[in-house]
Amino acid sequence: MTTGWTREQIAARTAQDIPNGSYVNLGIGIPELVAKFVPEGREFIYHTENGLLGMGLPPSEDERDLDLMNAGKKYVTAVPGAAYFHHADSFSMIRGGHLDVCVLGTMQVAANGDIANWSTGVPGAIPAVGGAMDLVQGVKQIFVVTQHTTKTGEPKLVERCSYPLTGAGVVSRVYTNLAVIDITPDGFQLVDLAPGVSFDEVKNKTGTSVLPPADNG
Amino acid sequence: MINKVCPSVTQAVADIPDGATVMVGGFGASGSPIELIHALIDQGAKNLTVINNNTGNGEVGLAALIGNAQVSKMICSFPRSSQSRLFPEFYKQGKIELDLVPQGTLAERIRAAGAGIPAFYTPTTVGTVLAQGKEQREFDGRTYVMEHWLKADYALIKCEAADPLGNLIYNKTARNFSPLMCMAAKTTIVQAGRLVERGGIDPEHVVTPGIFVNRVVEVSEPVHEDTLIAEGRCYP
Repeated sequence: MTTGWTREQIAARTAQDIPNGSYVNLGIGIPELVAKFVPEGREFIYHTENGLLGMGLPPSEDERDLDLMNAGKKYVTAVPGAAYFHHADSFSMIRGGHLDVCVLGTMQVAANGDIANWSTGVPGAIPAVGGAMDLVQGVKQIFVVTQHTTKTGEPKLVERCSYPLTGAGVVSRVYTNLAVIDITPDGFQLVDLAPGVSFDEVKNKTGTSVLPPADNG
Repeated sequence: MINKVCPSVTQAVADIPDGATVMVGGFGASGSPIELIHALIDQGAKNLTVINNNTGNGEVGLAALIGNAQVSKMICSFPRSSQSRLFPEFYKQGKIELDLVPQGTLAERIRAAGAGIPAFYTPTTVGTVLAQGKEQREFDGRTYVMEHWLKADYALIKCEAADPLGNLIYNKTARNFSPLMCMAAKTTIVQAGRLVERGGIDPEHVVTPGIFVNRVVEVSEPVHEDTLIAEGRCYP
């Protein structure tokens, strides 16, 4: 029954679409894995919004520095050539359009590029937004990586988000365990299928229509 | 000779009154001024409005200040975390108010207060519930939301090294909101891992110039929130 891409494979496929030399912000979860799959011959510089450009991989036990964390509050390292800065500078990089790519997880993403990844809107739940609303407005390209459906099989790719929005019309491309899908003016459009996955399966598990791939011929 | 050095954390926080608005530096555990927060718990000021990115972890530092029922309102971007228990408990019981602000907007509102700019426009939150009721305006064909400056009576800050004039340097990502908060508070209180003599920090390396700092207290070998939590510690 397991078809399609693993979490690692989704991350590796996402990394393929990031141009050499990009400044990249990675969200928590599958997006973090993208850093493990930089394609041969390319260099990405990672930004973490708590004040580091040039974030490296997690440290060994000996290398660990309690004052060196990423936005997910996990310990990280700084690569040679890294820079530290305060939060206003960090969000100037984000809001000012200086970052090239942001890879985010989500609860829902809609055919019009809307994303909802901060709150279910359930009464009594504690809302937490972090830097997501700044990132989706400011970074040049927003890539969403997600499982195609929820744990209970509900589509996460929908016609319109039912959860409160993080940003409207901001997403350019979606990477799931089943497919890569573009957000176009006409809605979702298939780019790639994961191995062993049919276009019909993708359409059945998406909450709205999916256009066939653009004819490149 | 100007000398902002204060002999103890107890004296440094002694005049913070009930009802004060207090900025607390740090992002999660990194940069959290634990000794100053614990001194504020001992001091006992109540009905505080606290501004921080988070709401603390475990039962030490900021979480302990909340647990000690001294905070009536939190202004933050991310009140949840795996080790945050006291804020959720108080929030669900209606004992604490929450003002949720996106992280970049929080930073810029604090910076604006320090820079003397009462309001600014940002694209952040456009099209979301967090923009409701706020003035919106178009610039070059794009919609922006107006946000106001965010001031405080006090800021509690941790730094790596300070001189007697209040010039500061930080350590790695422990810098985060601290330089902004130093600018935005009427009284900025700093705990420094090292107190150096005048000239001990290269002017080219100063991150926070001393004009933004009022009191400096040396706390060598400060405790780290993550270490306290790993040891299962509580305060008081």
